[in-house]
Amino acid sequence: MPRWGMVIDLDKCFACQSCTAACRMENNTPIAGKDQAEMGRAILWNEVLPFVEGEYPNVNETMIPRPCMHCDDPACVKVCPVQATYKNEEGIVLIDYERCIGCRFCTVACPFQVRYFNWFAPEWPEELKAHLNPDPEVAPRPKGVVEKCTFCVQRLRKAREKAEAEGRVFNATDYIPACVETCTGHARYFGDLDDPDSLVSQLAASPRAFRLQEEMGTKPKVYYLKEG
Amino acid sequence: MTSIPTRESELERTVLEPLRRTPTGFYLVIAGLGLVMLTGVAALFNQWYLGLGMTGLNRPVYWGIYLTNFVFFIGISHAGTLISAILRVTQAEWRRPITRIAEAITFFALILGLLQIWIDMGRPERILFPFLFGRFQSPFLWDFTCVGVYLMSSMLYLYLPMIPDLARMRDRMTDAPRWRRWLYTLMSFGWHGNAEQRRRLEVAIGIIAIVIIPVAVSVHTVVSWIFGMTMQPMWHSTILGPYFVVGAIFSGIAMLFVFMTLVRRAWHFEKWIGPKQYNYLGLLLLVMSAFWGYFTLAEFLTTGYATLTHETEVLHAKLTGEYAPAFWIMVVGNLVIPFAILVRRNGRTPVGTFFASLSILVGMWVERFLIVAPSLTRPSLGLLPAVYTPSLTEVAITAGSLALFALLFLLFFKVFPAISVWEVEEGEEVDAIQPKARELAHAAD
Repeated sequence: MPRWGMVIDLDKCFACQSCTAACRMENNTPIAGKDQAEMGRAILWNEVLPFVEGEYPNVNETMIPRPCMHCDDPACVKVCPVQATYKNEEGIVLIDYERCIGCRFCTVACPFQVRYFNWFAPEWPEELKAHLNPDPEVAPRPKGVVEKCTFCVQRLRKAREKAEAEGRVFNATDYIPACVETCTGHARYFGDLDDPDSLVSQLAASPRAFRLQEEMGTKPKVYYLKEG
Repeated sequence: MTSIPTRESELERTVLEPLRRTPTGFYLVIAGLGLVMLTGVAALFNQWYLGLGMTGLNRPVYWGIYLTNFVFFIGISHAGTLISAILRVTQAEWRRPITRIAEAITFFALILGLLQIWIDMGRPERILFPFLFGRFQSPFLWDFTCVGVYLMSSMLYLYLPMIPDLARMRDRMTDAPRWRRWLYTLMSFGWHGNAEQRRRLEVAIGIIAIVIIPVAVSVHTVVSWIFGMTMQPMWHSTILGPYFVVGAIFSGIAMLFVFMTLVRRAWHFEKWIGPKQYNYLGLLLLVMSAFWGYFTLAEFLTTGYATLTHETEVLHAKLTGEYAPAFWIMVVGNLVIPFAILVRRNGRTPVGTFFASLSILVGMWVERFLIVAPSLTRPSLGLLPAVYTPSLTEVAITAGSLALFALLFLLFFKVFPAISVWEVEEGEEVDAIQPKARELAHAAD
């Protein structure tokens, strides 16, 4: 059983935000509009966050792309009163939208603020509506439920189906999320962290590797490679 | 409390008066409260139809004044049962005329508290899911469990000591509308006040009065753990459980003062709810104010002395940042005004305690708000400080909730007596039997 994880090389990332855009198209996240976005209600499963250190003239800014960390010990899962959010056998943290009651306990428990709430029914401009991903697994979520990055779990299903149709054994390298596939600088890596020969497990062991807010103890499965 | 006296006593006449006659003023109050409540209901339906976007909530401030109201109302619910149970167990004689009011506050505050959770849900139609698919690791489940038990036991605790009074109304209020006579007959369960019935009732009240104390403590502890179990700055603190319980008893007594003073004035209970109740309960309120101040100091000093980044940011938001005005309203409302009024013997009067209590209720609501909101405005990961401004929808629903609370209380006491007649009579009997002991006790006052 693979344990899916991601590595993001900050030396290669130049914050072009194509990951954010690809994620939006793959996963049908709704367009909040300017006013709602200014209120902090935009839904972006992947975000590129600026971290500014120091004061002028000695300022250093690091841009960090932030998907869901898919923690091994997730703070969101245990607080959910209806078992709507859960970690599957392959370590991916998912949400059952039919089950979620919209109490938003998981959204305040997550130390990475990766969970988003549908404040209103989802909306798209007409031009975009025609290009929604038809996959039923990413059908637009109704108002009042929480959603977040799934490591494009629908792509995992499709990769398995494809391997089966082609009559071969499914390989971990068959499956990558949309943000990894689209990354302009090839900064993102994805694979099985439990496989010692996989690129991600080797990069995760690199001296440059770190994780966000490791002190929280949630054991994130997204690793970063330090700049410089 | 023995067999029902043939002639109505003055106490009985006064207590049953509001059940018999309805002055125009009462209708006006009900209409006013009803209007505020209906505005809230309209706002709620609008929110259910369009979505929680009608609130001022956002990411990362996912919780706002609905959760504040939840904590506030559950806190108020400690008025009654806990105070009345503790006073009953310790046999404080002066409790007798005010226990019924306290117990009713508890019951209705609990209903309002649970209602806030429902109002706050993104999918209100899935309200039964926690019972069907509950995860016991979730503090919300602990809450549903504890509040549920507390709701049942406080309903029982309100009902049991009312049985002898219900029997009396069954016998006395023969001119009442049919449905009320039917209700009194049904609810008095064939009570005739014989020795065996009295013994059983006393045993039952004795048991529930003791059992309900740990239940009440558990309720507000698990309410705090909704916050305390997360890793948010100034939520993740071991003091939160006891801090919430202290604040709950504190605001509960204040709410009891407000209601009992209004009822006393409107229905002329001055003879029974008098200086003794105001003095003793006023002292208790003062003590709780001191406790609350001590807990607040312990929490803020511990956080402020250390230099943990995220904790300090939230602390500064409260002390010097955008939440500073609210912080000082809280300090003045919960400490300065109550101390100035209640410390003096002649401050512990109906007027004095009424204003001290109003100030405490405002202060404690703000305290709950300052626990819920500021921690969420300082996210630990790369977002700028967030702003949360409650919307009109939230204000209307909050006002509607308060109005509904007052409405339930008033309508309840249109049908049931606000003072426990048999218990006050029993107290008079105790007084008659032990005049010497009473005198000594009075001399010690």
